Amino acid sequence: MSTGTTKLNVVVSDVVPVNELVTRFHFRRRDGQMLPTFSGGAHVVVEMRDGDRTRLNPYSLMGSPLDTREYTISVRRDDIGRGGSLFMHRSVKPGLEMVISYPVNLFSLDLRAKKHLMLAGGIGITPFMAQTAQLAGEGGNFELHYTCRTASLGTYADVLRERYDRRIRLYHDDRDERIDLDRLLSTQPLGTHLYVCGPAGMINWVRDRAASLGWPSEAVHFEHFAAPQPGLPFDVTLAVSGKTIRVGEQQSLLEAIEAAGVDPPYLCRGGVCGQCETNVISYDGKFIHNDHWLSEEDHRSGCKIMPCVSRFEGRSLVLER
Amino acid sequence: MAAKTIISRPIYGTLSPQPGKHHLFIADAEGALAILDMAKTAPPGFFDGAEIVFIPGPDGKHVAVLEALKPAQFHQAPSFASLLPRLKQTLANAHMGLRLYLAGTEGLIGQAMQVALEAGIDHTSMQTEHRGSLARRMQCVHCKGITENVTTQPATCSHCGLLLLVRDHYSRRLAAFQGVCINAEDRSEIPPTEEAFP
Repeated sequence: MSTGTTKLNVVVSDVVPVNELVTRFHFRRRDGQMLPTFSGGAHVVVEMRDGDRTRLNPYSLMGSPLDTREYTISVRRDDIGRGGSLFMHRSVKPGLEMVISYPVNLFSLDLRAKKHLMLAGGIGITPFMAQTAQLAGEGGNFELHYTCRTASLGTYADVLRERYDRRIRLYHDDRDERIDLDRLLSTQPLGTHLYVCGPAGMINWVRDRAASLGWPSEAVHFEHFAAPQPGLPFDVTLAVSGKTIRVGEQQSLLEAIEAAGVDPPYLCRGGVCGQCETNVISYDGKFIHNDHWLSEEDHRSGCKIMPCVSRFEGRSLVLER
Repeated sequence: MAAKTIISRPIYGTLSPQPGKHHLFIADAEGALAILDMAKTAPPGFFDGAEIVFIPGPDGKHVAVLEALKPAQFHQAPSFASLLPRLKQTLANAHMGLRLYLAGTEGLIGQAMQVALEAGIDHTSMQTEHRGSLARRMQCVHCKGITENVTTQPATCSHCGLLLLVRDHYSRRLAAFQGVCINAEDRSEIPPTEEAFP
């Protein structure tokens, strides 16, 4: 068992609508004890028991790491997703008992940095809420550039401006405010680390420009939890367990493996951490890789798959599981 | 060529042109040849944004060939200590997009890396290439004194005089290999001295 699969029994202590799309959830331990310590950028996996279906989705902790009486997450409603965020918005009320994982940090600050330059897009702001709180407590040098669609969808922009004033720069899409990325990246003092969290397109853009402008990859950190995408059902043979299973349209391969009573390792369930990496024994068809873990070479080789977010289309797939 | 023995023992690569806005080269003696080799694969105009800081060896060679690369700046220094204030100043004023290339002896690479680490550059993002002497910078773990240009095994600490086994155990923070007393039990026991790091 890895840390991230150790569970915490919590109760929902508060549910706060933040704007038309985002709601904040507060969790406290059912036994009244303090929650485990975490660092800015950490996430928890929330178990959502929705009738006979259980979803496990990762969410960044957004409270201050200095306060572990409660954990807070913010969930953006996704009306066309697999239903996790809708369940949170519709069914999770104060007093509900839930189970979450221990916090795991795959997006931690590099505290050797001379300066922390943060770029957030939309709901990608959440890990920075915790990171800025952590850095502010330590007198750290940071600057946050936050792009949102409209002022009313600029989740926590007001809170951040209030707390950190000019260290926060806001860009509103509807006012045609665009971040001058090349200029920003070219004027940072040596020893700056870059952190980016937001939509995949934004992350790719920032990583690409940073690499071109001479930022070494060691100084560029990013996090994007891929939500498992729905797709055509497919059949999989689990060679080690001797089972053949069907992955449903709305189910991830990892969820289907778990539903068959097999207990594979996992951690983030968002294609980031690498825990659930699975060897492919044979296949006849096409992989739909959605993870950020495997290299392009791994993707092309057809030897590995990340069952948390990736799918398969074709005649047969045999996994070493 | 340095072989990997234990995890802290640095290994060096081959210089290659990196994407970036400014390129800072620090080299000594035959390290110049690593820069020349790299220049063959560098894109046109690469040295327009480059600064080369060079410490010639005792033979004084390679200065003209480096100048012929026409870097934006060329600076020659008699020793690492003499270029240190300038290097610190350059790094203090630098922006992200500066790439660092270190070539030459291990002592030079290690000491330049030490300064660059303090300036916030990760050691894995520096380009390094070892050329020339294998002589080591050694810290005596007993008196903490540093002895430069150690070529023998064992070696005598230039500070406290103990006879030291020069280990592969390396400290990036100190830019030095660790030297541990080789005859602590019986100081009259003197193992033969070999020229291990020519």
